Amino acid sequence: MSPMASVHSLWTLSAEEPLNVQAPEIEYAQLAPILIVVGAAVLGILVEAFLPRRARYHTQTLLAAVALASALASVIGLAAGGHGTTKALVAGMGSLAVDGPALFLQGTVLLVALVAVLTFAERRLDPAAHGKRVDSFAAQAAATPGGAAEQAAVKAGFTTTEVFPILLFAVAGLLVFPAANDLLTLFVALEVFSLPLYVLCALARRQRLLSQEAAVKYFLLGAFASAFLLFGTALMYGYAGTVTYGGIAQVISGDLQQVEPSVADTMGNDALLLIGGALILMGLLFKVGAVPFHMWTPDVYQGAPTPVTGFMAAATKVAAFGALLRILYVVLPGLRWDWRPVMWGVVIVTMLVGAIVAVTQTDVKRLLAYSSIAHAGFILAGVVATTPSGISSVLFYLLAYSFVTLGAFAVVTLVRDAGGEATHLSKWVGLGRRSPLVAAVFAIFLLAFAGIPLTSGFTGKFAVFKAAAEGGAGALVVVGVVSSAIAAFFYIRVIVLMFFNEPQPGGPSVAVPSALTTTAIAVGVAVTVVLGVAPQYFLDLAGQAGVFVR
Amino acid sequence: MSFPLLTAAAVLPAAGAIATAAVPAARRTAAKWTALIASLGTLVLAGVVLARFEPGGDRYQLTESHAWIADFGVRYELGVDGIGAALIGLTALLMPFIILAGWRDADPAEEAEGAGGDRPGRRWRPVQGFFALILMVEAMVIISFAATDVFLFYIFFEAMLIPMYFLIGGFGDRAHAQSDEEAAKQRTYAAVKFLLYNLAGGLIMLAAVVGLYAVTADQLGEGTFSLQRIVEARAAGELEMAVTTERLLFLGFFFAFAIKAPLWPLHTWLPNAMGESTAPVAVLITAVMDKVGTFAMLRFCLGLFPGASDWATPVILVLALISIVYGALLAVGQRDIKRLIAYASVSHFGFIVLGIFAMTSQGQSGATLYMVNHGISTAVLMLVAGFLISRRGSRLIADYGGVQKVAPVLAGTFLIGGLATLSLPGLAPFVSEFLVLVGTFSRYPVIGIIATAGIVLAALYVLVLYQRTMTGPVKESLGRMPDLRPRELAVAAPLIALLIFLGVFPRPLTEIVNPAVEHTLSDVRKTDPRPDVPAQDLEAAK
Repeated sequence: MSPMASVHSLWTLSAEEPLNVQAPEIEYAQLAPILIVVGAAVLGILVEAFLPRRARYHTQTLLAAVALASALASVIGLAAGGHGTTKALVAGMGSLAVDGPALFLQGTVLLVALVAVLTFAERRLDPAAHGKRVDSFAAQAAATPGGAAEQAAVKAGFTTTEVFPILLFAVAGLLVFPAANDLLTLFVALEVFSLPLYVLCALARRQRLLSQEAAVKYFLLGAFASAFLLFGTALMYGYAGTVTYGGIAQVISGDLQQVEPSVADTMGNDALLLIGGALILMGLLFKVGAVPFHMWTPDVYQGAPTPVTGFMAAATKVAAFGALLRILYVVLPGLRWDWRPVMWGVVIVTMLVGAIVAVTQTDVKRLLAYSSIAHAGFILAGVVATTPSGISSVLFYLLAYSFVTLGAFAVVTLVRDAGGEATHLSKWVGLGRRSPLVAAVFAIFLLAFAGIPLTSGFTGKFAVFKAAAEGGAGALVVVGVVSSAIAAFFYIRVIVLMFFNEPQPGGPSVAVPSALTTTAIAVGVAVTVVLGVAPQYFLDLAGQAGVFVR
Repeated sequence: MSFPLLTAAAVLPAAGAIATAAVPAARRTAAKWTALIASLGTLVLAGVVLARFEPGGDRYQLTESHAWIADFGVRYELGVDGIGAALIGLTALLMPFIILAGWRDADPAEEAEGAGGDRPGRRWRPVQGFFALILMVEAMVIISFAATDVFLFYIFFEAMLIPMYFLIGGFGDRAHAQSDEEAAKQRTYAAVKFLLYNLAGGLIMLAAVVGLYAVTADQLGEGTFSLQRIVEARAAGELEMAVTTERLLFLGFFFAFAIKAPLWPLHTWLPNAMGESTAPVAVLITAVMDKVGTFAMLRFCLGLFPGASDWATPVILVLALISIVYGALLAVGQRDIKRLIAYASVSHFGFIVLGIFAMTSQGQSGATLYMVNHGISTAVLMLVAGFLISRRGSRLIADYGGVQKVAPVLAGTFLIGGLATLSLPGLAPFVSEFLVLVGTFSRYPVIGIIATAGIVLAALYVLVLYQRTMTGPVKESLGRMPDLRPRELAVAAPLIALLIFLGVFPRPLTEIVNPAVEHTLSDVRKTDPRPDVPAQDLEAAK
């Protein structure tokens, strides 16, 4: 052959290869909810860049609300079209599952986000600064707290309308998280929703230092958790030669199709599987706030702007439990006997620690944080049930819990004194006499947290306990009722403060909110009562959504 | 489909509660009348329930059944047997009197109006709240008495704690020896203690309810809470519970009921709650709400877990016996009138539990009658005591003396209430106490004899109470104490008339109760012990 020919073959080699690469097939219709939210988030950033400052607030609010509503509509459309049951599929080249649990949880996240946008947009609670109405967020996030730049920003009446696109990015990550069908997508989704949340946590208008401290803590500990998850993913790849859920499950169950040559030495090594699985679970348990990975919860809940806390407490829990369920039920079911004892331990300490430590709290946001830990324990009791009713009970509980949480934190934003929100419990004394309606609404949320019948909290608690008992975890039910009894004590304590004690002179006042927060609270109350009195429709919904696609 | 009478009897007070709460803040009298009319309407409905109830008919009558939460196997199932019907009657009967007696209890104190500084908000409406909460309790109690679905019962058994908690904690007795602040502290303590005790019991019961579901789901194919379905399945041998499972479930249920009843040693919340709340609320607690506990023992403990009930009987009888004697002894030693009545109630609840677990037809009929009669007699005694206390502003026995000289009608009604409490023949409680003792004696003679000591002690605490407060020289501090006002007399007189009527003619009550008791006894597969008379004596008698 001539030298020319070899050169030519080189050219042809490099020219031929790309032709074999196929364009990825993306099921746009099935992924529409995620795409809509991401698109709106990008659009929101453009709005920040190009629109004049005075037009941004209304544009951003509207954009976020419309995007979330249309994403929700497409989720409902998908579910109505049978994509949750008969037409469930794995989309996006194996990276995302579109099935019952994913759609149910995406719907819940979107509902929560929609209500959260209302509280984000609230501008009547804080007294107007220099004639401009302001919200709960810092005037200029980058300005040093108390510095000249901040004062100038406040004086100019700046507001951080960036919170809306940031929120949308977080929502996009939260939508992907419970649907992720391989470990890398899971990790990317985790980062996509975590980073915006870290930023949101740092944005409180009042008590900025506390807020920034919370954000740094959240970020550092969250980074650790992400690292655990990533390390676990790597080990899992070493074990299975793949990161897709279905592929790993196949290797675990033993019907291996083909050996991945690059990791042939380590494939099937159980040590990698167990360590990798444990690290992944740790990363997820951090996000749900289970003991012993709960340390960040109280500080972050307290420091973050209250609307953000409400959103985060509700939506992160929903998404993270979704991801946890999928890992345990799709990837690791063959390992039930390996992870069960450990998870039992986690469930028990989570329920007990959350309830016991909450008793000593004096700040209402920290109290709700510890209560969220205890609730994570209750939900985990349903997770470890490993029965179909376990899945549906967890789905239902998450729906019920998120709206109680959103509502409760929305009420917290109303009780204020000169320094902003009055979160110390001593300031809540006598609230029932001063503003009976607000106190009564908060009491409803507290009773729902405590799991009193005729509220959604009771239905949810019964559902998970029932699932746990059916799954042979009667002991968890007993620990669950004991910690419920302990938890009841501190919910009742708040009710005592509000209703049975005389108001103190110079106590806080209740700000009159605009229709936005009022709607958010009303939705919370309505969901709490409806799920308590007539939950059958939603139980059906959760029951139909209870099957994972592989 | 026939008219859902039982639902209506529960919905009416609930609707009344909402209507009462909705009355504008300034129109307190309108709120009171709304509440009173709602309670009278409920009384009419309860009367219809009793009239429609056929003693010889089906076990559960006026039944209603609707799908509710299919996922949990829960149905909205109502139905009454004679016991439930009698207790619904009692509840509806007492309620107008409770409301009438509490007519002024929630009015804001005069001094609070004028005080400057920090006044309660414009929307603070204690009167509306007080009566609305009372009606809420009534609605929930009625549903509990009518529920034949365990889950449905549990929901209202638990939910009624919340309005009751607000009644105890939010509307305390103003007659307190210490300062207002101290009174508020005591009241809060009582309310929290009440709620925590009962909530703890309820949560333990929740575990047992979940367990019951798991057992039925495991054995019947689908989980169910229907009392009738479970009892039938047990009778047909479809549902076999392991011995340990049955005992644990029984204990879970019984624990909750024993707290509510209340049985020694779980009774300690009652004196606090009754002492610190207003007299009408104290009556609501002991005469109405606590009956749900003893009623549930009969309906659910014995019905669902016959074997375990049998197993636990000796221990429960001993606890009941301790309640009888210990409650009575502590009543003798009390210095506070309302706490004395509370301990007397502990003693009486001991009798009720004794009658239930003696497992004889006289014992259980007696226990059911006892629930009704104790409700009425305690209502008389407590409400009149409340009238007395409101006059002097003190609950201490030592602050009274010679009241019968200045307020003879008050003293007289108080005496009748007291005599009913000590079960004087001719008054209603005598019949029930006698039946309980006879029923107990025929199976457990020794326990019957010891229980009789309760009667002697009852005579002691009632008569000493009367002697110290009503007789002797008139205390200076009493001043010119007014006698019973017409409203107060309207509370006391009908109840006293009823006590006398049921004392001499208890048949209308026993007629509806007895068939239900027979059914309950057949659930636990017990028959009355045969009279133990040697055969030759019979021969000789012939």
